[in-house]
Amino acid sequence: MSTTSTSTARRAVPPPAHGGLVQAARDSLVIAKRNLIRMTRIPEIVLFGLIQPIMFVVLFAYVFGGAIPVPGEPGNDAADYREYLMAGIFAQTVTFATAGAGAGIAEDMHKGLVDRFRSLPMSRGAVLTGRTLADLVQTTLTVVVLVIVALIIGWRAHEGIPKAVGAIALLLLLGYAFSWIGALIGLSVRTPEAATSGGLIWFFPLTFISNAFVPTGNMPTFLQHVADWNPFSATVLACRQLFGNPDGLPSDAWPMEHPVLASVLWSVVIIALFRTLAVRKYRSAAT
Amino acid sequence: MPGAIYAEGLVKTFGKVRALDGVDLDVPEGTVLGLLGPNGAGKTTAVRVLTTLLRPDSGRAVVAGIDVLKHPNDVRHVIGLSGQFAAVDEYLTGRENLQMVGQLYQLSSRDAKARAAELLERFNLTEAGDRTAKTYSGGMRRRLDLAAALVVSPPVMFMDEPTTGLDPRNRQALWGIMQELVAGGTTLLLTTQYLEEADQLAHDICVVDHGRVIARGTSDQLKAQTGGERVEVVVHDRDHLGTATEVLRGFGKGGTSVESHTRKVTVPVTGGAKLLAEVIRELDARGIEIDDIGLRRPTLDDVFISLTGHAAEREAESDGDPEPAGGPGTTTSDGEVAK
Repeated sequence: MSTTSTSTARRAVPPPAHGGLVQAARDSLVIAKRNLIRMTRIPEIVLFGLIQPIMFVVLFAYVFGGAIPVPGEPGNDAADYREYLMAGIFAQTVTFATAGAGAGIAEDMHKGLVDRFRSLPMSRGAVLTGRTLADLVQTTLTVVVLVIVALIIGWRAHEGIPKAVGAIALLLLLGYAFSWIGALIGLSVRTPEAATSGGLIWFFPLTFISNAFVPTGNMPTFLQHVADWNPFSATVLACRQLFGNPDGLPSDAWPMEHPVLASVLWSVVIIALFRTLAVRKYRSAAT
Repeated sequence: MPGAIYAEGLVKTFGKVRALDGVDLDVPEGTVLGLLGPNGAGKTTAVRVLTTLLRPDSGRAVVAGIDVLKHPNDVRHVIGLSGQFAAVDEYLTGRENLQMVGQLYQLSSRDAKARAAELLERFNLTEAGDRTAKTYSGGMRRRLDLAAALVVSPPVMFMDEPTTGLDPRNRQALWGIMQELVAGGTTLLLTTQYLEEADQLAHDICVVDHGRVIARGTSDQLKAQTGGERVEVVVHDRDHLGTATEVLRGFGKGGTSVESHTRKVTVPVTGGAKLLAEVIRELDARGIEIDDIGLRRPTLDDVFISLTGHAAEREAESDGDPEPAGGPGTTTSDGEVAK
């Protein structure tokens, strides 16, 4: 008499009910819901996520604004810089989700939740996909608030609603891509604190060596090349063009000539690469 | 015929450390195996391998008749894991935690909901069910964690140090739940640092150290090796250690063990509290000032002393100690307790 077969037969063990993709989607939504519930229970995190970009708007627009000329704009006043600046702030804000995803996943590792999830018969990518989807919801909320603040300080989208919505879609896609970088960082460090600082070390160079805050024309040639090919710059320039904001006379590097396409390509490449790496890391995650 | 949990020659190395160094296990269906050992002995690594969280370098493992390495996802349908930390989301309510786990076990959301309510009731958490787990006491969290592991009534359960850090009342409560589970036919692998816990719950005990099983048997067999109560004295002045050892030897029923850095002397005794009073009087008469004295049940260290002739290494890693506890001693290479 086989002891093992009776033990499995006696209990109702649910067989895998549906195909891989359906299950992956369902599991991801269960995890996304969990993370969204968490956000409502810790509203401080959402709130701080809103305050930071607003602070950046105020600092750059009013402290640096008058001192940074925007090439190609005849008036060359602070109002031009505010129009120029907003796309950069938007892009910086959406990519800041990286830190949230990283810290959140590192915390799940630290507290043993990842072990629990990995011992369940659930889709292997769902814990990460669910987290990044929840971050996307938070990022969308942040962008909405930021757009309102931008409108208050005098920024406008001049090319009509459809193009403005397109620009925001590019921003959210970039933010989603960056949250996969955060997921990989979160899986690779030992503590949530390390994930937060690990998420910031490269974040400021990446966002500053770009066209986000200042036109790249005055940078040393080497940095200018870096800035031109920075995924960040492509999205920022695409947004400026779609919003009809001053673009600061970009160079003729390929991503600067085709910013919308470059922005989409960069985001897709980042998602494909970092999702693969993160899911692989998750499968073998050791706490 | 392999049991509900079966492992053969499991090896797992992390760098130079052999966390598992050829572990064999065989747990018959409906029984409890206690995996006993100090921190870093390899208990958790063994659990992680058997619950599909970690791939071993070599060896074979079968759980509920399913090959762990070949079909990990099928194994996940039939196991429950309750780890060292209460792995619950503290910002979710107890109910939300259980529903989430139910859905991830691929129950429909209606079934997950019903099951969550059932488990909250069973684990006496109904009242707290709609509060976030953050507000729970340590004991409540452990209960919630265990409930999460039981969502699909898995036939095979793994519990990694389930009572570490719990107060005695909560520990007792958890033991009761485990006994119920086993009475219902569940096969349970339990890791613990406490001999008493293994004693209460386990049919068979494996003592592990440095990634090897150094002894196995029933708790009675192991206790026969270990002896009964001990008196433990911490002297105030290290210079008095020698005299104190001499005094204790007079009362003892076995070899004394001395830890000079903690100024502690231990000796197995029979005679209980009455004897303790005599020891105190005698020490006092000799003018030995003591910081602490107590009567205690055999601990894991005592098992180790008894089995291997030296104390268990409590630190997670003992890099300065090349000779592991499984060396020449009272155990044979296949791990049977020497009679």
